[in-house]
Formats: sequence, C-alpha cells, structure tokens
Amino acid sequence: MSTVAESREKQSAAVVDAPAEFLTFRLGDEEYGVDILKVQEIRGYDSVTRIPDAPDFIKGVINLRGTIVPVVDMRIKFRLGKAEYNEFTVMIILNVSGRVVGMVVDSVSDVMQLGSEQLRPPPDIAGAVSSKFITGIGTLEDRMLILVDIEKLMSSQDMALIESATVQ
Amino acid sequence: MSGIDLKRFHRTFFEESFEGLDAMEAALLRLDPAAADAETINSIFRAAHSIKGGAGTFGFTDVARFTHVLETLLDAVRAGKHQLTVEDVDCLLRSSDMVRGLLKAAQDETPADNVSADALAAELSQRLAGPQAAASVAAPAAASAAASSAGWQVLFEPKPELFLSGNDPLRILRELQSLGDCEVRCRETQLPTLAEADAERCYLAWELSVRAAVKRERIAELFAWVDEECRLEITPLAAAAPAPEAKPAAPAAAAPAAPAAPAAPAAGTNVTPMAVARKPGEGADAKSDAAASIRVATGKIDAMINLVGELVITQAMLQQLANRLDPVHNEALLQGLSLLDRNTRMLQEAVMSTRMLQVDAVFSRFPRLVRDLAGKLGKQVRLQLIGENTELDKTVIEKISDPLTHLVRNSLDHGLESTEERLAAGKDSTGQLTLRAAHQGGHILIEVIDDGRGLNRQRILAKAAERGLPADPNMSDADVFQLIFAPGFSTAAEVTEVSGRGVGMDVVKRNIQALGGSVELSSEQGRGTTVLIRLPLTLAILDGMSVAIGDEVYIIPLSAVIESMQPHENQVKTIAGQSTVLRVRNDYLPLVDLRDLFGLSGERRNPCEAIVVIIEAEGRKVALQIDELVGQQQVVIKSLDRNYRRVRGVSGATILGDGRVSLILDVAAIVRLFGQAMAA
Repeated sequence: MSTVAESREKQSAAVVDAPAEFLTFRLGDEEYGVDILKVQEIRGYDSVTRIPDAPDFIKGVINLRGTIVPVVDMRIKFRLGKAEYNEFTVMIILNVSGRVVGMVVDSVSDVMQLGSEQLRPPPDIAGAVSSKFITGIGTLEDRMLILVDIEKLMSSQDMALIESATVQ
Repeated sequence: MSGIDLKRFHRTFFEESFEGLDAMEAALLRLDPAAADAETINSIFRAAHSIKGGAGTFGFTDVARFTHVLETLLDAVRAGKHQLTVEDVDCLLRSSDMVRGLLKAAQDETPADNVSADALAAELSQRLAGPQAAASVAAPAAASAAASSAGWQVLFEPKPELFLSGNDPLRILRELQSLGDCEVRCRETQLPTLAEADAERCYLAWELSVRAAVKRERIAELFAWVDEECRLEITPLAAAAPAPEAKPAAPAAAAPAAPAAPAAPAAGTNVTPMAVARKPGEGADAKSDAAASIRVATGKIDAMINLVGELVITQAMLQQLANRLDPVHNEALLQGLSLLDRNTRMLQEAVMSTRMLQVDAVFSRFPRLVRDLAGKLGKQVRLQLIGENTELDKTVIEKISDPLTHLVRNSLDHGLESTEERLAAGKDSTGQLTLRAAHQGGHILIEVIDDGRGLNRQRILAKAAERGLPADPNMSDADVFQLIFAPGFSTAAEVTEVSGRGVGMDVVKRNIQALGGSVELSSEQGRGTTVLIRLPLTLAILDGMSVAIGDEVYIIPLSAVIESMQPHENQVKTIAGQSTVLRVRNDYLPLVDLRDLFGLSGERRNPCEAIVVIIEAEGRKVALQIDELVGQQQVVIKSLDRNYRRVRGVSGATILGDGRVSLILDVAAIVRLFGQAMAA
C-alpha cells in the first residue's frame, strides 16, 4: 500500500474527482460508500411521522433539533436486506444540495480513505440503482465498495424528495 | 491600512436615505401649505439635508446635486422666505420620487435619469425664484425704504381655543416679520399658574409694531385664518408717516405668496387631516422613539424565534416527564418547572413581539396613493387612518399590503362618487375613506370604510346571473356581497385605468385566506361600504386542534373548525352507493375519512363510532372523520418543504410536546380536493 501522502498526490493528479474519504455502510450483503463531507451525523432510528402520498421507501419525517427532516429507507429503495426497525437501526443524516435528509441503512461500517489506484470505473449495470448514481467501485483487499453520488441520487426524480421531481 | 473603504457604509446610507425619503414624503403629505408648521418643514428639510450630505460624502454626485436644489428651496421655506403652495408640495413630492430614483440608480450602479432630474431641479429653482423671489427681495427693500416713517401697531389677542383649530400664532408672527422690521411684545397677563395651565390652550397675547410700508389689508390678510378666534386691532404707528396707500408698488410685489395659499382647499385633492389632528408634541415623541431602536437583521430575529420555539418544545417535554413524578417528593422541582413554564411563555411572547411591526408600515403608503388616485379620478377624498400603532407580524404586514392597496383602489374608484354625484345625493362633496386597524383576541381587524354609494344588491345579482354564478334573489345581503369575491366578477359599468377589470377581489380574498384570515363585506346603499379583514397576529404560531387517527396525531387549524360531533346513524347517508354525506341540521356535507384521504393503514371505523370534525374553507364545508379528539394547543409552524416537498392536504408540520412531528392539515386544500373528488 502506498502512503497516504502519495495517494493524495496521485489523486489530485488523476482525473477522477472522487473525494478521498468515504463513509461506508451496509445494505444487505453489499457495502456502499458516500462522500464523508455530505454526512452531517449518524443517529438511531426514532419515532417517524408518516407522510401521506409518499412512496413506501420514504418513511416519513423526524424532528431533528427543531428541523423537519424526511427519512428514506435505502433498504426498501434498493430492495436489499430486511426493513426491520429496532434499537440497532441507524440513520445517516446527510446534507445534500442545501437540504437535510435522513437515510436508513442496515449498519454503518467505518470511514475509509481511498487512493485513485483503488478506484475503478462503474460497470454498466441496470437495476434498482441506475449506474448514473454510481461514481465508481472502490476495492479494499477483498471488500468491494459501491461509491454512490449521494447528492445526485437524493435530488433525483425517483427519490421523490424534491418538489420538481414530483411534478411529472 | 490605506484609507477607509467607504463602500461598506453604502448600504447603511441607502437604507437611511430611503427611510428619510419615506419620512419626507409622509411629512409632505400631512403638510397643509396654508398653515405649514415649522416642525414638519424642518423634518422635510432635515431628510433632504442628510441625504445631500451623505450623497456628497460617498460621491453620488447626481443625488447630491439634485438634493442641493431641493434643499435650497426647503431652506427658503424653513426660513419663511418662501410661502409654500399646493403646487410646490406636488413638485416636492415629485422631487422625493426623483431622489428615490437617483438613489436607486446609484445603488444599482446604473446611469441616472439626469435629464428629468435637471428638468425638475430647474423647476424647483424656478419655484424658488418665481414670484416669491420678488417678494423676498421687494419686501425688505420696501421695509427699509419706509422703516423710519411708516408702520402699524398690531394687537393680537387670540382666544384660548386657537390651537384647537390647528393654527400656529408663531407662523403668523414670523410672516409679519417677513414684511419688515418687527417689534414684538408678548403679554402674558392671562397666563395661569402651571398647575392650571392647559397645554392646548393659548393664554398669550402679542403687541407688535411692524415698521413696514404695507397696506392695512396686507397685515389683516395674515390674520385671515384666525380672525374669528382672536381680537385683532391694527392701528397706524404713532409716528405719522406718509399714508401707506401711497406706495402701491411694493405691496403688490409682496402679496402673491399669501393668495396662493388660501386657494389650497379648492385645488382638487384634499388629503391633510392628519396635520390638523396631530398635536404639536407628537412629532418630537416619534423622533425620540426612533432613537431608542436599533437595526437588526431579520435573519437574527428569525433564528431567535426558532430557538425560542425549541425552548417551548423542550419545556413541554420536561413538563410531560414531570407529570409522572410524585408531587410530594419532588415539590421543589415541580415548582421550578412551573416557573420555567411561565418564563418560557413570557420569553416567547417577548421574542415574538420583536417581529411585530406597526401596521403603519403599510398604512403610511396610502396618503400618497389616495392623493394621487383622487387627483387622477377627479374626486375629493379625505383619508383617515385609525389605529396605525396596532402591531402585527412582519410577514403578515408584507403580505397584507397588496390586498389592502387593492381594496383602497376599489373604494376610491367604485365606492366613492364624483363630487357632482355626492352633492346631488346631499352628501359632503369630499368623500371619506377610513382605514382602521385594531386588535381583537388573537386577531387583528383591518377595516376599509368609505362613505360612497355602497354596493348595489340588484346589480350584483344581475351580474351573477349573467356569469352563471349560483345566485338567488332571496339570498341574505352577506351572501350576495360574497359573490363579489367570485373570480372575474366586476360590477363596474366601465373599466377604468384604476380598477374594474374584474380581477382582484377573488385574488384579495385568496391572499387573505392564505394568511389564515377572512374578509367580510357590509354595505348600505347610498351610505358606503365596509370591508373587514380579520387576520391572525402571526404566521409563526397557530391555534390548533389536535386529532388522532391510530397512532398519528394531526393538527387542524382551529380557525377552520366549525364544530365536532359524533354522528347518529340516521345522519349518515350515501349517494350512488359510494360518496358518503353527513346531514347536519339541514345541510348535507360530504363526509371524508382522513384515513382514506391520507391512505393510512388501520381499520376503517363506522362513522357513528368515530368523531366528525366539520371544517370550512373558501365558503365550503366538509365533514372530516377522525378517530378521536386529543386537545387544543398552540403550535409553532415548521416548514415541511424546506427539506422535503409540499404534500397534498398538508400545510406544514409542528413538533409536539413529546418531540414527535405532527402534520398540520391544509383545510383549504382538503376542501378543494374533496370538491373535485365529488365532481369527478
């Protein structure tokens, strides 16, 4: 493994504009990573108020210190894992495009630093997550991280989180 | 540090200048040219002066050059060298618009309209130099010529009530002085002791010797406005001199200013009641108020309001926890909590009040608007503002201004008759328009009252029939008047430049309803119309009724709730086997289960085992079925679409005492939604 300094240098030279640090989380058997700078905090899943007319993966809204924040369950959205809610269920609070969104995942793993040599372009796949939201694949020994452009994903039409996305 | 960057002061300069202009405009509007009081003139002068000074400092030469001319004229007025006329006031008003335009141009760094500015500046100087210039030059000349030889002895003894008619003896004295050398002796023999003195009564009398070669009439003329309220003796000065009548040339030159002034009431508009009504002391009070305030960014206040909202919620949470405690063992803690409760509420009220503005912020634009419009329509209108000090939330003020403007325009255009019509109907030729604001409970009432022709019931009904609106000759007056708020409705026989295009009243109503308010109309034919607007004091807090469906708690704005009830079996009927209606007294209301509407899980209940809340919006009622009533509470409104999007049937969210989020129902949307569903 190259040193951190080296990897940083290489990264800035590379065309890949992926940031250096990722927060990784699990959905079913898969491991995902999002830009750490988009993450505001991690907290437990607590009482969510349901919203009428919302798709099933939007669980509702919570009170985050006085702000009303919508919560999406990625397990339902990506159809991965079982959507169970107990005291171990965690939520990643994201700050994307000036909005605050809560994202329910199976578990949060750790924060990782990836050098450009560890990044691979995304394969062409079709499925619940369109490849346009995947910026790349990170490899770390035998682990595979799916790197998601969370900003693009959360503002996209299929998340139905933003006004313009719902007017069809 | 090389020099000071003046740019960072620009914003303050512009803000202050615009404020100064507002003050100047307001002062100009309440200025009665015939009896201009010194304080008003001074405040106008000060505004112009500080704008000129600032503009000079910051290098806005266009502004500075123009305001200099303006200031020169005002200075002459202030010094009593120039007598204001109605035309002057118009010109000054246009000048204040011009300064505003120039300042805007400077602010946006766009080229200023120098051509019009120069034209107006030329007009200003011309006004200054016009006949009055001759007067101010001629009078001293005449005076010096005759100073030693001729003059008048004047005894001026006003009745105590002089002030009540709005006259200021000082102004007369000052004017006398402008005629020539004046020797003034004040007689204070009538002056009571301080304890007995009434500030609104005049106890003084004056003996004056005017050493000026003018006609007796010229002096008498100055007292023309007060001659019924004083004892006036004008005798020739002892030093018998050539008869003043022998010098007709000088008086003729000195005269023109005064005759222009009495012409004021005849000249079209007449919007000066406030000047008369105001007591001399008030101007000074307003000034000291201004000094005791500070400028705070609204963002800071909003942040404070949010934090206090949080505090209230936290407090409620603590209270809930404390309810479980044993009151005997935890007496001290519970006492502390109840104290906290009281302090929190007081803090909340205090913080909310920082956002409160006087309704004057909107009202103040109307004197100008009414003056301009009345001029355009050729009507005589007297505007009266009552309760300008009533306070309400800044956001409400911002949003009420357009609907109010619309209503005022309507009243002027359609409500008030032309002078001839008024005289024919045996009314005062000047129409009366009143804007009144007052608090009532948690609401503010704003009334727009005119004494015009009133609403024509027959014409509204005819028009409604023409438009295919549901109209019935037996409808109550209130219902008939409500038809005016239907989209596209206008009874004006012709479309004018001011209003009458049929857009508007529906928009007015919609805007006011969007604020959680309501509009009512009352009218008597031939006597006038009153529009009553009822608004919540603030948009940040709402009186709500909390209702439960399963585990979910929803808030219904209390203002929309008519009643709640548990229906009897024989009250629930179906139409075509699908739509359910509820018979309440003699009305059949659509019955909607909130569970269906919001697609909530859980078993549907029989309406007879549930609770029904009857809600009303936009004149339509709907019976909403819920599981149970939880209670009534004030809730802090939070935006749902800040992080999410708008949701059908939901106007916002709030946080309950236990920290959970609860959605606030959008009653208007539900009523509309269900109306559509029924129609489909």
